[in-house]
Amino acid sequence: MTPLAHSPHAHAVTSVSRIMATVMAALVPATLFGFWLYGWPAVYLWTVSLLAAVAGEAAVLAFQQRAVKPALLDGSGLLTAWLLALSLPPWAPWWIAVVGSLFAVVIGKQVFGGLGQNVFNPAMAARVMLLISFPLEMTTWMPPMGHLPGVLDSLAVTFGGQHLDAVSSASLLGHVKTEFSRGLDLQQALAGHYAPLSALWGWRSGSLGESAAPLILAGGVFLIARRIITWHAPVAMLAGVALPALLMSLIAPGHYAGPVYHLLSGGVMLGAFFIATDPVTSPNTAAGQLVFGLGCGILTYVIRTWGAYPEGVAFAVMLMNAATPLIDRYIKPRIYGRTRTGETLVVEAAKKDAA
Amino acid sequence: MIVPILSLTVLGVVLGLILGLAARYFKVEGNPLVDELEALLPGSQCGQCGYPGCTGAAQALADGTAPLTLCPPGGRAVVAALAAKLGVEVDLSGVQDAVPSIADVREELCIGCTRCYKVCPTDAILGAAKHIHAVFKEACTACGSCVDVCPTEAILLRQVPPTLQSWSWVKPGSQPLAANEGALAA
Amino acid sequence: MKLFKLRGGIHPEGRKASSADRAIRALPLPPRLYVPLQQHVGAPAKPVVQVGDTVLAGQLIGAGQGNISAPVHAPTSGRVVAIGDHPAPHPSGLSAATVTIAPDGEARWFEHDVPADPFALTPDDIAARVGAAGIVGLGGATFPSAVKLKLSRKSGVDTLIINGGECEPYLTCDDRIMRERAAEIVAGIRLIQIAVGARHALVGIEDNKPEALAAMRAAAAGTGVEIRMVPAMYPMGWDKQMIQALLGREVPAEGRSADIGVLVHNVATAWAVQQTICLGHPLVSRIVTVSGGAVAQPCNLEVPIGTPVQALFDACGGFASTPARLVLGGPMMGHQLTHTSVPVVKGSSGVLALTQAEIGLTRPAPCIRCATCVRACPVGLLPLEMAARIRTDDLSGAVALGLKDCIGCGSCSYVCPSSIPLVHYFNYAKGELMAQARSKLKQEATKKLAEERNARMERIAREHEEAAAARKAAKAAREAAAKAAAATEATA
Repeated sequence: MTPLAHSPHAHAVTSVSRIMATVMAALVPATLFGFWLYGWPAVYLWTVSLLAAVAGEAAVLAFQQRAVKPALLDGSGLLTAWLLALSLPPWAPWWIAVVGSLFAVVIGKQVFGGLGQNVFNPAMAARVMLLISFPLEMTTWMPPMGHLPGVLDSLAVTFGGQHLDAVSSASLLGHVKTEFSRGLDLQQALAGHYAPLSALWGWRSGSLGESAAPLILAGGVFLIARRIITWHAPVAMLAGVALPALLMSLIAPGHYAGPVYHLLSGGVMLGAFFIATDPVTSPNTAAGQLVFGLGCGILTYVIRTWGAYPEGVAFAVMLMNAATPLIDRYIKPRIYGRTRTGETLVVEAAKKDAA
Repeated sequence: MIVPILSLTVLGVVLGLILGLAARYFKVEGNPLVDELEALLPGSQCGQCGYPGCTGAAQALADGTAPLTLCPPGGRAVVAALAAKLGVEVDLSGVQDAVPSIADVREELCIGCTRCYKVCPTDAILGAAKHIHAVFKEACTACGSCVDVCPTEAILLRQVPPTLQSWSWVKPGSQPLAANEGALAA
Repeated sequence: MKLFKLRGGIHPEGRKASSADRAIRALPLPPRLYVPLQQHVGAPAKPVVQVGDTVLAGQLIGAGQGNISAPVHAPTSGRVVAIGDHPAPHPSGLSAATVTIAPDGEARWFEHDVPADPFALTPDDIAARVGAAGIVGLGGATFPSAVKLKLSRKSGVDTLIINGGECEPYLTCDDRIMRERAAEIVAGIRLIQIAVGARHALVGIEDNKPEALAAMRAAAAGTGVEIRMVPAMYPMGWDKQMIQALLGREVPAEGRSADIGVLVHNVATAWAVQQTICLGHPLVSRIVTVSGGAVAQPCNLEVPIGTPVQALFDACGGFASTPARLVLGGPMMGHQLTHTSVPVVKGSSGVLALTQAEIGLTRPAPCIRCATCVRACPVGLLPLEMAARIRTDDLSGAVALGLKDCIGCGSCSYVCPSSIPLVHYFNYAKGELMAQARSKLKQEATKKLAEERNARMERIAREHEEAAAARKAAKAAREAAAKAAAATEATA
């Protein structure tokens, strides 16, 4: 007798690789715009990241004598490397991408047991590792559209270790932080460096993924429309950044930047729609995702404003990743016919009788 | 001749007295854990574990000299209960529930000797001398004691076929995928 | 008309069009009918006929036993040719006690009495007639209807809900019966209303069945039976989901809908009640949807209970292509058929022959914790967490997460992007828990028997000892007496 198939005998047209492919498709516009802003070095860096992730994952799986093909085809490694590439300085040397990608897929994911088992978002874990280990390479930014080298010259930038001092500049968040430490106030710090409209389009130094907020937002809305992600975590994270920013800027406008500045700078947009929505490392329930997103947002603001680093998205997400099991433990859906605590519901008529 | 007999008798009496007194005054209350463990075991004293009855098995469990999986008729349910009582983790995947079976008397071979009837720990065998014996299937635990004593090999353990009520799904992944499944796998 | 907020649920592709537009046809009698004695929840019926007996259509062949049971009747006139095991319509494919009837083709009905005015019957009379007719929940739950009627009357039900949801894909048997036999259904609803004393009667029909809605509205006009449209979603046919949609009331866990003053019956059950009360026909046939991509001409058939599934496919032009899987019931909760000799029973709403593309399953992949299953679960469970625990044999952990509240609807498995057989895990765990409970019961019984035996053995040993002592004493006394006698003699 052939083994029995259990119901249901129909399944939705969906798969892990389809989900990963949809998320990557949502990243395409912002990535292409970033390439246009930062030129060929960015393209090379992105390519190297993806290749390193695939090679690293294949090697680990082969070493563990597990099936290589299905794990590679699910696309999760590629997506991780893509997100990592978007968070790197576009003109960073090639080995930053290689080390980051390998760390992400090997330490960040496979060591935990592979897809679905990792506690921390692999891309963010790798970014934090790089930031701590290679602070110089990770904070050397290029102004967009400044003097872009050609296809071959760009090779020298990414692979040749050509010095960038001549053209490099600080990111907006880093610049403001430095100026604050020199005792300047917000107006002076922002003078000539910040205009909301150019910030909206990412017309300032930063990583690929910090470019055009509207394109990232469009990608996020696309994912929500395709039901790949829900609105809870992104909206909560944006609110978590915007609300304290609004509050603090009302209290001391001279010293604290407003919500628009915080929402449009750094990796908040990318973090809200593509990092905080990582299914593996975020809570299961809608309410849990609201708590998670809010935590990511508030922590980002706190680290940016009072922490040592100018940007805090990666740290905030990792801290909230660590809190995810706790959130899942305490926030569960109410079971039909039961109260939140799992007791059987009491029928109103019976209540009346008892009274 | 008399001296050694007397001395040995006196020695025996004195030692016996000491033993008796010791038993009375140094009496140790039975280990409560043993009783609790025994309560979890089936209690049919079938001896399949290799210990003298369920009390012996409970003692060995309490001493830690026997594995939790010692009781074949108890199956997974007993292992889980023992593990919970002793507060240890146990891997149930290796424990197979014994295929439910019952003793079956082949009437053409039975000579009505009543030996099986006497050894059955649960009184599951009905019969009298020189009459063919029958088995109460609700009471039989398939311990096999009767099989061992039957002089004519008239008793066999027969597997009970699953019924619509007792059948249940096997664990996913423990059976190969159906031929038509996975055909669409990427 | 207010509709209440629903939780979870999915929107599977309906695939109903191929069978919904064809009128119900009567299936010709097959050469043999295999009528299982258990087609309901509860104790199996006991056969009351013998091999060789001639039976008439509607004649009792199996009597219900115990409080929760239902009788079975001969679907047509003919001769009983066998009483014994036949493959049962059950996922295991095991056999069960079955009465095999060779129809004589005359379809002579058993004499039955029909009340002059069915609506003048007392509630008890209606319930008794429904019970005697062997009517069970035809939506698939197959709970004996008369038991539900009596229970509901006792606990005071104010609202009767008739479930016309039919949320399973492919199935259109309820849709067709509402379109074609709306007047009979409404009469059945009024009879059930009398039987339980319900003040309101509501019929919930999904918005993807406009023709059925129109037909039922026309038939219900002026009767006090309210027809309401509910959104099409799965599992709308779950009685508690239907109650939530129409009334916004929640049944307590481990409770029955009667606890909150509601009784739910399926539309086909209402039709069967009308057939029984007004025409005297017990439940001996039902409407079955034959559909699926591999069926040449999908349609709805009125099928005598006990017809082998193969006859249904034959009546629909056979297979257009080799089916990848045969299913009895709907695709979401039905079960795979391993062979086509299995009979149609009271709870069989459909037989499907599906192609591989329709099943659409890929090899299971790791869980990515996307929580789509959490959003899909109509009960509010965490399928991914429960399955993870069951996978590592932590059944008590799964129970703590609400395993016993799972209704097995399959919504989670349907939406899982990793194709994890979630509901299979849950049904495995439920079966395992039941087996453990059974073995615990057996163990307790064994222990009691062993203790009784030990006590008896001790008693026997004691009695032996006492008897031996008594014999010794008697012997001593005898000897003493003899000695005394001898002494007396000597003296004399």
